[in-house]
Amino acid sequence: MASTAVVVDDKDENIWGGGTEPMKSSYGKLMMWFFLLSDAFTFSALLITYGLIRFKSPAFEGDVADFAFSPDRWPLPDFVFNAFPGSHALGVDHAPLVFVGIMTFVLILSSVTMVLAVEAGHRMDRKAVEKWMLWTILGGFTFLGCQAWEWSHFIEGIHVDDLNIFQGANLSQNQYGPPNFAALFFFITGFHGFHVFSGVVLNFIIFYQTTVGILERRGTYEMVEKVGLYWHFVDLVWVFVFTFFYLV
Amino acid sequence: MEQQTTNITPQPADKAKIWGIWKVMLILLAVTAVEFIIALAIPESILPKPVKVYTYIGLTLVKAFYIVGEFMHLSHEKKSLIWSILLPIVFIGFMMFIFLYQGQAIYNALFG
Repeated sequence: MASTAVVVDDKDENIWGGGTEPMKSSYGKLMMWFFLLSDAFTFSALLITYGLIRFKSPAFEGDVADFAFSPDRWPLPDFVFNAFPGSHALGVDHAPLVFVGIMTFVLILSSVTMVLAVEAGHRMDRKAVEKWMLWTILGGFTFLGCQAWEWSHFIEGIHVDDLNIFQGANLSQNQYGPPNFAALFFFITGFHGFHVFSGVVLNFIIFYQTTVGILERRGTYEMVEKVGLYWHFVDLVWVFVFTFFYLV
Repeated sequence: MEQQTTNITPQPADKAKIWGIWKVMLILLAVTAVEFIIALAIPESILPKPVKVYTYIGLTLVKAFYIVGEFMHLSHEKKSLIWSILLPIVFIGFMMFIFLYQGQAIYNALFG
């Protein structure tokens, strides 16, 4: 009945009865949280698969100085990921963690600029939102560029003189260790890289909406917060990929 | 349907809040730096590999706490929201336990 007035008795009001936000969080933000929870399960499944396959494979035992690649055992990550662009030209043969360290730094930094964009949105400061969103997008592209280099270096492989040894990596064989090592690398960093790419696209859409004034006319910059949640999640996943792929 | 608002003057930034954001970044970088030092500068004769691995995982959880709590703002949400996100993570812990245990069992069956 449209004409019936609804009287809400504040004392007996049930917060789950409708008409309020029981978690003090808007529908869109709440749904983003639950999407990210489900995404966390997907990434966990991939990383736990990595753990299972690594645990079922023989590990390298002995002095680190004697390490050599073999398809029969899991490689030490320090020997697989030990280059950065131009490192061979500079005569640096073994620089573990340097390049991936830069990638981690870039992603953390772009997370910070995202938080600053959200903060500027709360203050309705359109110019600042534009500035910080642009920095965030730039960080995303930088990370994707680094990832592309990392992949091409991994696929090309580390030079060996023996022509009988397969050089580089694909989904069925690789020079570093068991076939699953490269397969997991492609799947996990690829799935993460695809998330970064989607994040950059979403960030760009919101940046565009800010510049043309859509969000200002709407009276709220909450969309910046929603894509911000997604962007931080991508950073969070990288923190775990970094630990389990490159450090452990 | 969109609300028409014109001539919006942005509010001034709260210096303390901005500094708080950068402080979280410094913490994240510092923790990452510690991980690098453990990985590159400390030989395994001083810190055995398993100790290193557990340290890495612990430091990763510290970073995760700051990213989710401060950047994603979860620490400042309502308790019901915090718990509805954190409790399902228990299943990931269970999955980890069961599959890593299984991986060890497969290794023992194949090579043990």
